[in-house]
Amino acid sequence: MTITTQLIRTIFIALCASISHAAAAQDPSSEAISATEKGLSIAKEMKARDRGWIDNSAEMEMILHNGKRESRREMRVLSLEVDDDGDKSMTIFDSPNDVKGTAFLSFTHTNAMDDQWLYLPALKRVKRIASKNKSGPFMGSEFAYEDLNSFEVAQYDYRWLRDEQLDGQDCFVIESIPRDQYSGYSKQVAWIDKVHYRALKIDFYDRKNTLLKTLTLSDYQLHLDKFWRPTKQSMINHKNQRHTEVFLRNYQFSTGLDASDFTENSLKRAR
Amino acid sequence: MKSQHYNTKPLCGAACLMLLSLSTHSEFLGYVGLQTRAYPMTAAAPEQGSETVSVVVAPEWFSQWNDGDDSFNIKAFYRYDSLDDERSHADLREFYWQRVGSSWELSVGINTVFWGVTESQHLVDIINQTDFLESADGEDKLGQPMIHFASIQNWGVIDVFVLPQFRPRDFAGNEGRLRSIPATVNSQESYQSSKDDKHIDYALRWSHYLGDWNLGLSWFQGTSREPLYQAIIQDGAVALAAYYPLIEQSGIDAQYISGDWLWKLEAIHRRGLGHSIAEDMSASTAGFEYTFTGINSQFWDLGILLEYSYDSRSNAQVGAFQNDLFSGGRLSLNDIASTEILFGISQDLDDSDSRSAIIEASTRLGDTMRLIAELYHFRSKRTDDPLYSIRRDSYVELGLEYYF
Repeated sequence: MTITTQLIRTIFIALCASISHAAAAQDPSSEAISATEKGLSIAKEMKARDRGWIDNSAEMEMILHNGKRESRREMRVLSLEVDDDGDKSMTIFDSPNDVKGTAFLSFTHTNAMDDQWLYLPALKRVKRIASKNKSGPFMGSEFAYEDLNSFEVAQYDYRWLRDEQLDGQDCFVIESIPRDQYSGYSKQVAWIDKVHYRALKIDFYDRKNTLLKTLTLSDYQLHLDKFWRPTKQSMINHKNQRHTEVFLRNYQFSTGLDASDFTENSLKRAR
Repeated sequence: MKSQHYNTKPLCGAACLMLLSLSTHSEFLGYVGLQTRAYPMTAAAPEQGSETVSVVVAPEWFSQWNDGDDSFNIKAFYRYDSLDDERSHADLREFYWQRVGSSWELSVGINTVFWGVTESQHLVDIINQTDFLESADGEDKLGQPMIHFASIQNWGVIDVFVLPQFRPRDFAGNEGRLRSIPATVNSQESYQSSKDDKHIDYALRWSHYLGDWNLGLSWFQGTSREPLYQAIIQDGAVALAAYYPLIEQSGIDAQYISGDWLWKLEAIHRRGLGHSIAEDMSASTAGFEYTFTGINSQFWDLGILLEYSYDSRSNAQVGAFQNDLFSGGRLSLNDIASTEILFGISQDLDDSDSRSAIIEASTRLGDTMRLIAELYHFRSKRTDDPLYSIRRDSYVELGLEYYF
């Protein structure tokens, strides 16, 4: 996205906000601008507190609840922090058995389309994936691909909405509007705890601006005395009443991964 | 307390590292399947049957040590077919040791390698022999003995292959369908090389990814994976036998990604070596894949494929791709069962009566089974059309696979 369009977008949001505030007969523009500034500074602080982990790996278990039926997916996720750009990640599938050995490589970019590859072990073939398809369901779950991507400040415009308590914790409530026109969401509203800047709850609004899903992140654990990671994430879809739980276990940091572990070749031999 | 904590930390780390480097990680996996296939049309030759039941076993085992830098990999395959003794076959798809360095990989043994980007046919992909007994789509391969060295650099990946043993193609038997008429006899093949199947073949490939572009350049010298056919007399009757010439093949494959569009190109040039009876040829496949995402409230995806294929050889000598248009699609339901439907039709642009079509649907049952339904349709009216001998071999197949 060019600087001009970013600027136009920021001005537009500020304008919209100021109009709505003006209607409420409040001191207009300064408050609106401070809300966007405050939103952005919260997002920046969140990211800043999560810098320096270098690399990590974790085991992920996904449980899909679909009415009476329950289905499990297991995978391993390797991530690498990249300076001045989005993170690199590799997901290796362990179950269901028919997708065992399938692996997914993703380079998140802050200012360009993500690069994505999928390895199909039956054909021993690596396929490039059109990255516009990020709003689709991940493995039949209530998580979209974009919900699992690394968080990058530049991918959203922000607005601080209010301060509020959630389960006894003081939180900022901020709104994030995706800059990517191919995102499945019009906005996300997140509850961020004021002490550690951890997301505790996120509401996802679809393109028609109605509440689609709610993600609850809990059982946070502290790693290397610095990085908070949720052990449990639960996504509820309000449209179809289904929900998916994600458990992240066995987090390992600074495992010695480097860029050579995130290539097409390493994708082919990932097991 | 605190100082103790800090003192033990590096020790723990070192112990963990040692454990990691010493530990061996092994896994056993694979699948077994049962398929039943029916050919509704009367066969072209009286000895050919009209239905078959077959069982497939495909176990896999691997072991990694040295922190995963060394590995040994085995993938075996066996099919029993009730109709055709020749289609009952076993193969070692993989049996290799691999060592991985920071910017290189070395593999020694039997392996399967895929090159290319297109879907309707795979021109550039030349390392492995195609296992046509398995499937008419040409995506199943026989394991190839090789020494494979890959150098992974900032400017791309260089692959070097030494291929010491040739794998001849296997053909369906007399009772089987989807074969030439008269039948092609197995183990009667002949070679241009005086070393027969012991001729050492070589291949080189450079491939790179730059932003939205993927590019590959490849070169191969050795025994052609695609045979020519010679008439022979077998038990007093006319039969065909495969003849493998020596060739040199250069290939290019490219892919450009732009939003939901994937543009694809594969092209090869092949020339005969020495006193080859194979004529020089060029062929290419080019097209695109476009994905409509979230086409309904259930978030189905529909990918549309269109590929045009050209081959410089005349119709009689090649497959169905001398001047052909393939159109098809892939419907993904994105559901818990990962339901997918593939469909496509390949039409000869010079002959409106020559075409083939496929529909393949699969869905997961429970957590470990897949149900697969497949329909192939062939149509041809001209005797010099390569599809002519299989014009009555359209079939439906129902299969169940159990993964462990």
